Amino acid sequence: MIDVLIIGGGIAGIETACSLQDLGYETIIVEKEKTIGGHLNDWDTLFPTHRSASEVLAHYTDETRKRALTIYLNTYVISVKKQDDGTFEVHTSRDVVFRSKAVVVASGYKLFNAERKEEYGYKIYDNVLTSADLEVKLKDLKGEFKTPTDKVPERIAFIHCVGSRDEKSGNHYCSKLCCVTAVKQAIHLKQLCPKAEIFCCYMDLRMYGPGFEEMYREAQEKYHIQFIRGRLSEVGENSNGTLQLKVEDTLAARPCKIQVDMLVLMVGMESAKSTELFAQSCGLKCAPNRFIQPLDHHIGSNLTNVEGLFTAGTSIGPMSVFDTVNHAKATAFAIRDYFINTAR
Amino acid sequence: METYFILPFTLGMLFLLIVLFIKYGLWITKLSHIDKLRIVQSIFTRRSWDAIKESFLEGLVHRNMYKRNPLLGYMHMCFAMGWFLIIVFGHVECYMYYGTLAKAPWYPIFFQYYVHEWFPGERFMTNLMDFLLLYILTGVLLAYFKRINSKIFGIKKTTKLKPLDRVALISLWFIFPMRLLAESATAALYGNGGFLTNTVGQLFVWIGVNSSMESMLWWGYSLSLGLFFVGFPFSRYMHIFTEILFIFLRHYGIKLKKQFNSYSRIQVYSCSRCGVCIDVCQMHVANISNNQSVYILKNIRDQNLTDRKLYNCLLCGRCEQACPVRINLNDLRISQRIRATKEFNSDYAFLQTLPVDEPQMIDSKPEVIYFAGCMTHMTPGIKKSVLKVLDKAGVKYQFMDKEKGACCGRPLMLAGQYEAAKKLIAYNREKILESRAPILLVSCPICYKVFKDDYELGQITIKHHSEYFLELVNQGRIQLAQSEKTIVYHDPCELGRGCGVYEPPRELLRMTGQLQSVQQEKVNSLCCSGSLGDLSLSMADRNVIKAETLKVLLQKNPDVLATACPLCKKTFVKGVDVQVKDIAEIVAEAME
Repeated sequence: MIDVLIIGGGIAGIETACSLQDLGYETIIVEKEKTIGGHLNDWDTLFPTHRSASEVLAHYTDETRKRALTIYLNTYVISVKKQDDGTFEVHTSRDVVFRSKAVVVASGYKLFNAERKEEYGYKIYDNVLTSADLEVKLKDLKGEFKTPTDKVPERIAFIHCVGSRDEKSGNHYCSKLCCVTAVKQAIHLKQLCPKAEIFCCYMDLRMYGPGFEEMYREAQEKYHIQFIRGRLSEVGENSNGTLQLKVEDTLAARPCKIQVDMLVLMVGMESAKSTELFAQSCGLKCAPNRFIQPLDHHIGSNLTNVEGLFTAGTSIGPMSVFDTVNHAKATAFAIRDYFINTAR
Repeated sequence: METYFILPFTLGMLFLLIVLFIKYGLWITKLSHIDKLRIVQSIFTRRSWDAIKESFLEGLVHRNMYKRNPLLGYMHMCFAMGWFLIIVFGHVECYMYYGTLAKAPWYPIFFQYYVHEWFPGERFMTNLMDFLLLYILTGVLLAYFKRINSKIFGIKKTTKLKPLDRVALISLWFIFPMRLLAESATAALYGNGGFLTNTVGQLFVWIGVNSSMESMLWWGYSLSLGLFFVGFPFSRYMHIFTEILFIFLRHYGIKLKKQFNSYSRIQVYSCSRCGVCIDVCQMHVANISNNQSVYILKNIRDQNLTDRKLYNCLLCGRCEQACPVRINLNDLRISQRIRATKEFNSDYAFLQTLPVDEPQMIDSKPEVIYFAGCMTHMTPGIKKSVLKVLDKAGVKYQFMDKEKGACCGRPLMLAGQYEAAKKLIAYNREKILESRAPILLVSCPICYKVFKDDYELGQITIKHHSEYFLELVNQGRIQLAQSEKTIVYHDPCELGRGCGVYEPPRELLRMTGQLQSVQQEKVNSLCCSGSLGDLSLSMADRNVIKAETLKVLLQKNPDVLATACPLCKKTFVKGVDVQVKDIAEIVAEAME
């Protein structure tokens, strides 16, 4: 029997495994994809420093190799069952059944499917992208930046809160990272296309982290990005492939139309479908926002209602890279406490 | 001396006749001039005959109610048909004995009391009358039972009563049992009566009965009749005669207007409070059970309708569809909303100053003028598909609201903003007529409904894209490829119940995939819960209602959930794994 089984080989899972190894525990990681690193694989740069995501990813790949962590790739969890003796039996898509003394849910999140907000035209109009699509585009960028219809953009708009704080799409909560991501991406695009006019349509700008507000200020003062307080109502396509946005400017108290070459939708974060599925199998409590409900928001956010089952990272809600890393480290300590207490 | 007992009945009936005469007289005189002309012109036509037929089928037999709920229909039929026949045959019996119909009205009613001796046909008539009495009594028994346990009638909730209703209801409950007792007492004393009264009479003989007891029972019968007649105009029983009046006026072509008027009042009073509308209402799923149509009509009569109840309704039309009396429940509710709504500052003058769209490349008269409407603009997948089909079929069209367009006016109408809606209607109407296109194509049933009901577009035919696309297929202008995908179709309220379009979307779906039927479809289809008719319903309640609807639709695990309304699509698309598609998208994909 191994000490800890970790579900998810993203940065939360790997960081937990590293910290647990430092504390002297044996772990295995189960990852459903063919590589480790989760969503980090898809990002170009990270806020607030514009640091390359692959640098952070390389750190974790190195650690994994150095520490010889056991990772099962292409393996997804079907169910987690707590046994009478307090240990866990984990069934996966592989034939073997894993047994462990504790389990960490580090299964992460999924991005909001922007097709659900059809009025924004995602997958209907060529020049509508999500923030995640843009990251991939930037990452693979060779030469000049062009829109999907192969034009050097003159006007670009970012739409905040797509699938977040939106009752109609069923998500009341704030995904909290899209605001700063939009600012980061807007600056990046302005650097790539200095002549482009860039608009951000927002409800509120929640610049909660270190360096975020400064970045927002820089976006306005140095990069002349225009922030319009108001939501997008609908998008139309002109015959030349450009887009027409109908937006409300709530500060000027009037509706306005904006013509753009490219539209970026800041998609929010949702609980991963797989998390919900195996949470049901082991009686794990989920919050109304469908993420896993921590046992105690203040002094036990790594614990769950099932003893021996821990969380790390975005399985409990939207988190940035650095929040995730910190949360994962704390999870390792919470597990150590658990082992010490149960051994007694 | 003993015959004074006829007084309560006679006075009650007189009172009732006078009140009815005044009420109906006032209502009819208050109808609009045109409506009165309609009556005069149609009174000696086939329409009157049709109305008589319907009055018989619905007022007496209660055919529609029977279809919905056999037990409830039977109960209503017992009272209506039974009572009607007992009056008719009472007069026949009276004529057979006295040889004239010119007898005071109490003779046929209290015939058994007056006539004890044999006359030709006496045996047959008394047995027939006994049979009819028994028939009504079974209905009375069911009525008692319904008050105790409404569930066996398939009714979850029965209507609440006000004091005058209670008086009328209780006296009605007493009338026929009292008649049985009175006739049986007479039978006991004089040995007459049929199989029922004579048998009960034997029991009275056994107990011992005298003429003062007999007289008392006849007093009781007369009193309950009189009391019922006095309560009648102030209770729900007004529906009995008002429904007939309503049926006649409807057959004469009188239509409910958006403004509450005399005809609306007649409809309100035609409600028998059978409760059929309560059960079909989807709001129960969200535990909302005070806003159903029967309560609204009652509140209109009692003048205590609250906005909360009035506005909390999806206006899906399921109750209107189910109503055995065919009251225009949706439009009645809208007329109340118009009454209750304060005019807001609806200045659309800016519409006239809008810069004109770039001229569209149409050299001659367009075949169709296409109005996408707000909701289609919010579902660009549908818009794109409609345009693709039109282009591929080579249709010459004008896109009316491509860049700048005004709302069709239906959402304002649903909210009771009649004056504001009228302004938009006038603006759009002019544009449609200007185009000189013979067909107005819409891709949103919400627009369709208001174009059909309130625009008065004359020769222009309004077509939903499902109807128009089917025409294009039949004309060979587009060809569709059939796939193996299973499809279920959701009838949008405004398209189905609202405009009566059920088959064209289904025909198109049969051509493009494997159409499966669902449990509640066509006229009985459920609302998606996204309706613009209700602006007060919370998203949580909407989601509960939506989940129930989806459960019915997705029972057979189809590959595609098809609908023909952008709002239904938007409502369903959130939270289901199955593909949700509009007919337009399915057709555009299936085009070869």
